[in-house]
Amino acid sequence: MAIELKMPALSPTMEEGTLAKWLVKEGDAVKSGDILAEIETDKATMEFEAVDEGTITRILVAEGTDNVKVGTVIATIAGEGEEQDVAPAQAGGASNSAPTSAAATGGAGLPTPSSAAMDETAPAPAADRPVATERASDPAIPEGTAMVRLTVREALRDAMAEEMRADDRVFVMGEEVAEYQGAYKVTQGLLDEFGARRVIDTPITEYGFAGLGAGAAMGGLKPIIEFMTFNFAMQAIDHIINSAAKTNYMSGGQMRCPIVFRGPNGAAARVGAQHSQNYAPWYASVPGLIVIAPYDAADAKGLLKAAIRTEDPVVFLENELLYGRSFEVPDVEDFVLPIGKARIMREGSDVTIVSYSIGVGLALEAADQLAGEGIDAEVIDLRTLRPLDTATVLASLKKTNRLVVVEEGWPVCSIASELAMVAMEQGFDDLDAPVMRVCNEDVPLPYANNLEKAALIDTPRVVKAVKAVLHR
Amino acid sequence: MAKAPARKTAAPKKVASTPAPSSNREQPRDPVPYEATPEELEKFYRDMLLIRRFEEKAGQLYGLGLIGGFCHLYIGQEAVAVGLQSALDGDRDSVITGYRDHGHMLAYGIDPKVIMAELTGRAAGISKGKGGSMHMFSVEHKFYGGHGIVGAQVSLGTGLAFAHKYRGDGGVAMAYFGDGAANQGQVYESFNMAELWKLPIIFVIENNQYAMGTSVNRASAEDQLYRRGESFRIPGMQVDGMDVLAVRGAAEAALEWVRAGKGPVLMELKTYRYRGHSMSDPAKYRSREEVQAVRDKSDAIEHLKKLMTDAGIGDDRIKDIDREIRAIVAESADFAESAPEPDLSELYTDVLVEQY
Repeated sequence: MAIELKMPALSPTMEEGTLAKWLVKEGDAVKSGDILAEIETDKATMEFEAVDEGTITRILVAEGTDNVKVGTVIATIAGEGEEQDVAPAQAGGASNSAPTSAAATGGAGLPTPSSAAMDETAPAPAADRPVATERASDPAIPEGTAMVRLTVREALRDAMAEEMRADDRVFVMGEEVAEYQGAYKVTQGLLDEFGARRVIDTPITEYGFAGLGAGAAMGGLKPIIEFMTFNFAMQAIDHIINSAAKTNYMSGGQMRCPIVFRGPNGAAARVGAQHSQNYAPWYASVPGLIVIAPYDAADAKGLLKAAIRTEDPVVFLENELLYGRSFEVPDVEDFVLPIGKARIMREGSDVTIVSYSIGVGLALEAADQLAGEGIDAEVIDLRTLRPLDTATVLASLKKTNRLVVVEEGWPVCSIASELAMVAMEQGFDDLDAPVMRVCNEDVPLPYANNLEKAALIDTPRVVKAVKAVLHR
Repeated sequence: MAKAPARKTAAPKKVASTPAPSSNREQPRDPVPYEATPEELEKFYRDMLLIRRFEEKAGQLYGLGLIGGFCHLYIGQEAVAVGLQSALDGDRDSVITGYRDHGHMLAYGIDPKVIMAELTGRAAGISKGKGGSMHMFSVEHKFYGGHGIVGAQVSLGTGLAFAHKYRGDGGVAMAYFGDGAANQGQVYESFNMAELWKLPIIFVIENNQYAMGTSVNRASAEDQLYRRGESFRIPGMQVDGMDVLAVRGAAEAALEWVRAGKGPVLMELKTYRYRGHSMSDPAKYRSREEVQAVRDKSDAIEHLKKLMTDAGIGDDRIKDIDREIRAIVAESADFAESAPEPDLSELYTDVLVEQY
């Protein structure tokens, strides 16, 4: 029987890709290790190798095809001695048939779920979630500003590039930021434009290069230190807190440390407990730090530019699952947003949902769903976690009298628990119901697909919490 | 109970040495003792004596409760900071050290009054009373601290060197750390990057023989600390840290190497601290006799006095300097005792630079 070659998943978060190029044609004999095709993901162009020996019988997806879902059958191979001229109908039909045979999955080199299984059991692809309809415009953006559609990844890159053009003191350093073009492609193209003096690949040495960056900032430069993920920054947290955050205070305002520590934070997809953690509450508890966690591309750009410009040390928490999502970004010369200002993403009168980073998407989705049930939710994106814009949250609470905090992170000692305290201390009389939090389960993040889903927040949980504070 | 030290800890007699090269790689030249003019000898003496008397006074003020928390005295190690920093170019080079930082600041000519006032936690202190003994900085003098976490200053110093190279300003960073910090992992992360990128930095290990209460041979598999850079191809020098001219001479050889763009040098300065690790250390891990023997045989200030006498500087002149230094220290102590504490409104200032 013919072996099906399926579109492989080439990263933990990949859901689709571009079949850039076929390096074989129908009728070619291939053996294990031969490169069959080049596949472009949102992160990189990868070579797709044959695992089995045989002859290519059918190429089912033409080169240059975009958005090929992981698991789609892209070609078939006939093994030795098999009938090579497989009827096209048979091959085509195979792609739609449910559970694939062991032999077929083996052909793709990586264990990829069939497309049918994908729809039901794979983590809900973030990019496919419905986009909320009504959005309040950012007050910082003038009415009628022309917009351009960018991914969060591109917005971050543009922010760095613009600031590097404007100020020679700004440089970017980290693992794989230069020649590899960024482990998550965020620094793509920067080496070409700015050269090896300002875009610097480091050894795998987080404690060392975080300290080096902090020292360079004390010495008058403006470093951007990329952590491949914030999980690895725990090896360097001493420099973020003891060296960067405390210096200005300890020196009586004499010595500054203008540095940006940035990288993906929070759960990615199926990478297990050590690679999936939200550090926002850790850093947000430290006086002397600025902590920013943007949701959309406009905020990613405007706030990263502000982070690079400020004289204070900044922890800038990105989210891997958001890198590939596209949003409207103001097409203006120098788009900088204020640090420390929350944004009302959706105006509403019945309940206030506060979130940040990836949780904002869930909050907006929940608000849309609730709107269908006659509940008018206001959604606030905190954007900056330290200093926290409590005024915006309290003003909204005054209006809606109900507060739900949505946070992709652990519940204990969280931003959610901090906001609940703020509401108690400063908004008690405005509360018509206890503050509720929707957080991840209080466990290390498990690997198994079903357990991971059970541990992470989702829209139904937000909807349920909102209904609870409304007693509905 | 206490085990006798496995090896004599007194400073070595040898003035300075570079190890036999393990390959044909180029090495810094062999250091030679600095040939000081009588004026320079006087300057060294004045600077070293200021550190000693200042630290003695700080010890007294601590005993009186005027200085709180941790207070690490530099007594015994004066020749290291004075010898090394006298070789630096104050306009472009930078210095960073750990928590035992009073001596390095005094060696850089920073006003003793504002240092002592920081120790007593007064508004006039160099960090407005918010830093304390371990956290003092003078950006004006390119002195970047004063860091309380053991070993952190090595990575930070590597960053200062990175900044020198990035700007192309010709400056060299000097990062001091102790024999204890020499076992921190980030030191080796920094060595690797410094040599990889040929950063202009001199790593200075002040080997005063004890990391708090643990002697070098109880903590270090390779106790010849100048060799700790070898696997990173960083040349090492072992220097008699009790002889200011040997220190200065070695600093010049190291600076020649670093300023020529050849990358970092690791200097091990063999020295000794007479007092406990901090004021609260009873120093039970070594005998009084051991300390006394170093004081009697190897004291850096006594040694320098002999050199001054040999150079024809009279006893009267030396006594004049002694009196002058005592007056400066007394004045700094008076200032530090009488200056007001910070205003309570200072509690919330300087947390951040900007307003948000």
